[in-house]
Amino acid sequence: MIKATDLTKKYGKAEVLNIESLEIPTGQSFGLVGNNGAGKTTFFNILLDLIRPTTGFISSNEIQVNTSEEWKNFTGSFIDESFLIGYLTPEEYFDFIGDLRGMNKADIQNFLAQFDEFFNEEILGKKKYLRDLSKGNQKKAGIVAAMMGNSQVVILDEPFANLDPTTQIRLKKLIKVLTENREVTVLISSHDLTHVTEVCERIVVLDKGNVVKDIETSEATLKELESYFSV
Amino acid sequence: MTSHFLNLEWKQYFRSANWQKSIFINILLVLFALYFIVCFLLIGIGAYFILKEQFPDQDPLVLVNSFLLYAITADLIFRYMMQKLPVMNIKSLLLIPIKKNKIVHYILLKSSFSFFNFIGLFFYIPFAIVLITKDYNVAGVLGWLATMILLTQSSNFLNFLVNKNNKVFAVLLTILIGGYLVQHYNIFNLPAFVGTGFDVIYQNPILALVFVALLMVLYNINYRQLRNEVYLDAIISEKTKEANTSELAFADRLGDVAPFIKNDLRLMWRNKRTKSGIWMLAVGLLYGLFFYPQPVYRDMEVIFVLVGIFSTGTFLMNFGQFIPAWDSTYYKMLMSQNFKYERYLKSKFVIMSISIVALFVLGIPYVYFGWKVLLVHFAAMIYNIGVNTHVILFGGTFNRKKINLDEKAAFNFQGTGAVQWIIGIPLMILPMVLFGLISWLVSFEIAVTVLASLGFIGIALHKKLMTFITNRYITNKYVMIHAFNQES
Repeated sequence: MIKATDLTKKYGKAEVLNIESLEIPTGQSFGLVGNNGAGKTTFFNILLDLIRPTTGFISSNEIQVNTSEEWKNFTGSFIDESFLIGYLTPEEYFDFIGDLRGMNKADIQNFLAQFDEFFNEEILGKKKYLRDLSKGNQKKAGIVAAMMGNSQVVILDEPFANLDPTTQIRLKKLIKVLTENREVTVLISSHDLTHVTEVCERIVVLDKGNVVKDIETSEATLKELESYFSV
Repeated sequence: MTSHFLNLEWKQYFRSANWQKSIFINILLVLFALYFIVCFLLIGIGAYFILKEQFPDQDPLVLVNSFLLYAITADLIFRYMMQKLPVMNIKSLLLIPIKKNKIVHYILLKSSFSFFNFIGLFFYIPFAIVLITKDYNVAGVLGWLATMILLTQSSNFLNFLVNKNNKVFAVLLTILIGGYLVQHYNIFNLPAFVGTGFDVIYQNPILALVFVALLMVLYNINYRQLRNEVYLDAIISEKTKEANTSELAFADRLGDVAPFIKNDLRLMWRNKRTKSGIWMLAVGLLYGLFFYPQPVYRDMEVIFVLVGIFSTGTFLMNFGQFIPAWDSTYYKMLMSQNFKYERYLKSKFVIMSISIVALFVLGIPYVYFGWKVLLVHFAAMIYNIGVNTHVILFGGTFNRKKINLDEKAAFNFQGTGAVQWIIGIPLMILPMVLFGLISWLVSFEIAVTVLASLGFIGIALHKKLMTFITNRYITNKYVMIHAFNQES
């Protein structure tokens, strides 16, 4: 589904990303792990064509993201709060995104109904603007918006940060359901090793822009990661 | 300790992005402040002589005193609208081992050095000096001056106690207007009555001590009130307002640009920065009333163009000049969403065009000043739709400054760069020059026709122009994303 080839990103002399080749098959739940500055967000930003790679390219479903915009039809993402429109209520925001993704009012209603548990009655009908919600609740709205309109690729940067424990557990369930049919490819980055190992079937560790580990998740993965990072 | 605070203050000021980013704006603001200072200084120096000449049989000091009521209430009203207690940035100090008392004293003291407290002194001090040179009683004048300074400081602290209370505001307005009315209709000379109080102080300067007491009392009340509220859930917290949701279903008729237009409407109603801009519409619409009632401008047809372009285009200019910076905070999200750039720009074009037509329709009563005025306004409307919308959308590709929507609007130049100033030339000056030339060389009718024709040509070329502009936006996409990502 997603293929990165000879991908590098440099700012002046400093190289922040260097991925020779990385392929993520359709339906995989893919986890990206690494310390600050490892290049996780840079990778996502290039994948979303928000910054340009210095060399190489990423293609998503055979579409090279920086030459065609067709990938936008099947990609949903939530990178940070700047993806939210602060002066809208969550309902209005979902309407906006849904509208752009070709959903009508009824579609949006039905879609949101699945997330009642995830929202935990803190998002809808609260008469609050997104900018006035807590960080965790903002994140909930952003994550759900990223899943709107039958996205085939869902990109979530640090989805577990700022969420309360209950919501973290519910989010894990949500991601598992999403990848159940092996149709939706989910890309997640996280600092929380337990969460990624639980949710992702494959974990890639980045360090200073390089892929240093590429693991099929198993019982031993968490230990392996912990020992890697405890250096 | 105080030196620590001052150090922080210094850094806060000079390291703020505003200061570093746009020196030009700062110069403008400084000039603005200097202008006021010089005005007050000149009045302060000249007041004695002017009053002496105009009213030779009256004492200038008494005259000035009899106006002080107005000065003080106007000052309070001005403060009421503009001044805010600087409490927001003390959050980070709360956990550091500094006594809360100290923080509170610091905030209050800091407020007494505000610009509002100094501007009056530029009048009072030179006026007092002139009085002394004119052989007024030195002690008396000094007592009077001290009273003035104490009063300004008292106003400062009174304002914080009032703290945006509308009732007090109403009372102040009533004093100002009522005082004027009773004086005007010779019922009771309230300002002069208050003025005699100040005359008494000049005669018995020791009475200035009363105002020392007043200031101390006000300071104390402020102190106590603040001291109780240095908590996160009290004064430092920002209140969140309940959202007023609206469907804006009428916008759905606009087809595929509807979601963007709904967003823009909500953007305007729900953010501090844009809300005050809405008032600019009224000013723009009524702009003609500055000119048309005066006979001088009756036959200056070029002025019709100015008013026509400006009054039908106020929204175009106020809103358009910051496209796409209005959406800067969530620009990344927009850029990863599933729509064509053209659709986004089209929505901006549609909302601006609607505003232009609407403002023209609202301005039809200008026909009272002659059919020529309306005709020119009509041509200006077409020109605005056909030419200026495209120019301003094109200008938007040069926008590189983020706008923080939550910040207040008065004196807020955030997002302003050289573009905003330069773009005004083709928008206003070009049609005026063109019109003026043709109307002078050929005739009024032809000039109007040319203006409107340019607009129609622009409308005819709309598709082509938009494709060109869209491509410019796409080329600049990454630069804009990067620039809007920077905190400003």
